[in-house]
Amino acid sequence: MALDPDALVLSVAVGAAAGLVGCFAVMRRMTLAADAISHVALPGIGLAIVLHLHPVLGAAAMLLIGTVVLWGIETRTRIATETIIGVLFSTALAVGSLITSGEELIDALFGEAPRLTALETGLGLAVAAVIVGFVLRERHRLVLALVSPEIARTAGVDVARLDLRFLLVFALTIALGLRTLGVLLIGSLVIVPAATAKRLAHSLSGMLVTSVVVAVLSTTAGTYASMVLHREAGPLVVLVAAACFFASLLRGGATAAR
Amino acid sequence: MSTPPSPPTATHDGNALEVEDLSVRFGATLVLDRLSFEVPRATSLAIIGPNGSGKTVLFKALIGALPSEGRIRWAPETRLGYVPQKLDIERDLPLTGDDLLRAKARVARASDEEAVRALAVVGLSARLSAMPIGALSGGQFQRLLVAAALVGSPTVLLLDEPTAGVDEQGQQTLNELIDRLRQERGMTTLLISHDLSVVYRYAGRVLCLARKRGCFGVPTAVLTPERLQEIYGAPVGFHVHDHGPRP
Repeated sequence: MALDPDALVLSVAVGAAAGLVGCFAVMRRMTLAADAISHVALPGIGLAIVLHLHPVLGAAAMLLIGTVVLWGIETRTRIATETIIGVLFSTALAVGSLITSGEELIDALFGEAPRLTALETGLGLAVAAVIVGFVLRERHRLVLALVSPEIARTAGVDVARLDLRFLLVFALTIALGLRTLGVLLIGSLVIVPAATAKRLAHSLSGMLVTSVVVAVLSTTAGTYASMVLHREAGPLVVLVAAACFFASLLRGGATAAR
Repeated sequence: MSTPPSPPTATHDGNALEVEDLSVRFGATLVLDRLSFEVPRATSLAIIGPNGSGKTVLFKALIGALPSEGRIRWAPETRLGYVPQKLDIERDLPLTGDDLLRAKARVARASDEEAVRALAVVGLSARLSAMPIGALSGGQFQRLLVAAALVGSPTVLLLDEPTAGVDEQGQQTLNELIDRLRQERGMTTLLISHDLSVVYRYAGRVLCLARKRGCFGVPTAVLTPERLQEIYGAPVGFHVHDHGPRP
């Protein structure tokens, strides 16, 4: 397969979006949630294939619905988020694997070599721009809500609404990277670069920049390697990100657990 | 879901806050039962009570973060500053004091200079505020939280045990700082405290939350030994003395 400039450009955008969203996901301790939430895309992909729609469309719709349901249960009941996610998203995985079959299932789980149309590339870039814009614009509100919802509230932040908007952007990020990385691997692209950055950075801007650099390095190097090696991009992207994380462990203070 | 506090209308002249028949329920449990009190401007109200008596719940209801029954009236043009009790965050986050102050300044539409002034007021150096928050001592971190609360020029400070986890000397510094702010800036302070010496020394009035019967009034008048035993459910050894032993 020849080098596809569109795929490389889109991989930069996906990396930037995942890197930025991941910082707040990691700081909000959504590490496990990130993986579980992506599973809800599976029944969406299955339904889209049955209905002859674009798989990403079905995935995005299910992700957004799942997110709103998660947020609704979280704000209205006192059930722990992990419990809700555990029940909701393993159900989604079960339903999804029943209605998706064979090769489609493997593609959905691990991603496929993207052969992108101009419309897909354009749409992907637009969604990435929305995600990046949201995180950069809302970062101060997100920091306050993270440190203390009471400080945020008395400063004029509607914390419940901010939470919902963050979760929706998070779901969009999952949908954005789904095609290349698949349901099982997209969570890692959101979490691993941010977790690497959390280890290396000493300030918010330091973390945001480091996370974006690691995520973009992972998506571009992974995508490039997939074109050269004729392998699926998803696993290669995740391997580059994981290599960065393990390299970060080598830096001083690896054992200084605080 | 959170309900916004009632619109800041019609407090009586001179009152920063008026609360009437405030109740908060968690399911079938009544956590706060028809509380009524008022806080005159530029005065200090201490809130005491045993663990689980609803002190923090009261604060959350007052800022509208919890649904409640009854009436909460803040004076017009009230701006709130909040110092939370303990933070539910990891200490190794790559967030500096400056990150927190800048975030507060941007959200509260205050200038960065105001954040610098707030740091000076609480006596934190620029070097300390540039460090990750996890590297600060308990006292330094509490002073950072007070500085963050001051950004945005609040008229009312809500402080939820601001000296918890701070050493003896740091506690005194913080308490005096808070009292000085009230006097110099005419701020109203609401302070949750476990330390009765602080209540006697700095609070104009005290609100006690207790399972049986609460109380509200001037500390020396309402905090009788019998009442303290009733609130805390055990005899409280306490002498009214500035540097007396803490219960």
